[in-house]
Amino acid sequence: MTDLALEMSGVSKKYRYFTLDKVDLKLPRGQIMGLIGANGAGKSTTIRILMGLVHQDAGEVRVLGHSMPAEQVAAKWDIGFASEDMRLYDAMTLGWHMNFIRSIYSSWDASYAQLLLKRFGLRADHKIKGLSHGQRVKSALLLVLARKPKLLVLDEPTTGLDPIARHEILRELTEVMANEDRSVLFSSHNTQDVEQISDHITFIDRGRVIDSMDKEAYLDRWRRLRLEVPLGIDLPALPGVIGVHQRGRLAVATANAFVPDLANAYESTGARVQCVENMTLEEIFVANVAHSREEVEV
Amino acid sequence: MPPTFTLSQTDKRPMYLQIMEQIKQRVAAGDWVKGQAIPSIRQLAVDLQVSVITVKRAYYELERAGIIVTHHGKGSCIAASPRSQARLREQELQEHLEQAARIAAQLDMPAEELEDRLHAAGDRLAKNEEELI
Repeated sequence: MTDLALEMSGVSKKYRYFTLDKVDLKLPRGQIMGLIGANGAGKSTTIRILMGLVHQDAGEVRVLGHSMPAEQVAAKWDIGFASEDMRLYDAMTLGWHMNFIRSIYSSWDASYAQLLLKRFGLRADHKIKGLSHGQRVKSALLLVLARKPKLLVLDEPTTGLDPIARHEILRELTEVMANEDRSVLFSSHNTQDVEQISDHITFIDRGRVIDSMDKEAYLDRWRRLRLEVPLGIDLPALPGVIGVHQRGRLAVATANAFVPDLANAYESTGARVQCVENMTLEEIFVANVAHSREEVEV
Repeated sequence: MPPTFTLSQTDKRPMYLQIMEQIKQRVAAGDWVKGQAIPSIRQLAVDLQVSVITVKRAYYELERAGIIVTHHGKGSCIAASPRSQARLREQELQEHLEQAARIAAQLDMPAEELEDRLHAAGDRLAKNEEELI
């Protein structure tokens, strides 16, 4: 028994126009990991490899202690997976799907399924054909949530949902966390969702993991410093600062390894630190992707 | 004890600081008293729909500040006594004063002027209260 819900080490996969490059990931049991990245960054490929749907060219993948893709059949009893391209049978009702899943998985919780129907505003006697995009997404999530799997793997679960539906989904995901033995991995473009509910954040860009760490520690490392720079003073390059934008006497420095001494270091050059601001995950995302792409191109 | 915490998305402070702030306010207001059990980290995370690690950080900082105590496996409770409620208020005042001093420095305002402005603010407050009576 391992205390990791999932683990990837040195996982690579080469396509003609895209390469997933030596991905390392670790998610401890009982935690939520948010996977962030721009379109085409490699989030879905990573998730498919974790689920055994795509086979890696190199590297080790273990999910709930099972080696993937070799032991995927055993692993999948305890994994709930939902992605956008998952299709339900148009001609059948949601209730038919519920009975179908229930007949396969003994972990199906019928009363929780009823509760989810109510919370998501869905009806069991509705045919899939007549459902809106948001209702389909919620139906697919209901079908995995009611199985109460040990690990939930969700590819873009909140994309295309209205604010009410998004909050319902986030609520269910955080409720999963009441049980210390359950874990969630989800990908999203919505940095606000990730910032709110993740314990662990992983950034992917152009097929590489740029950062993967504890969310609180991660947010704490980033700061924006607003500086007033008297004429004739050049700001030095300081460690931990990834970019400085200056116009006239005002400058903004972005730090990805902030320590309080950094403000003192600027003050000692003759600049005045007007304020030190925290950054949202969205601001960090944009700054980080720009920075890592600069590094690659240099 | 259903906690009525609200986290603000427009509040620029990190979520863990907002959680700390709201727990401190409950203690300062006397709603949460010494020895009272507070929700477990996981429970509060579920209630607030935020990650466990964020609540964990808030509790850790509150423990370091002496406001709560955590007994391993038994959860957390309020450590602050009524006297420390006054201390919390004091701390709050200190933070505001430092903020005022910082802004005054940015405005190149001499210390004397800041002092005068504080007196004037006190006088205005006293006058307003008189009018109410």
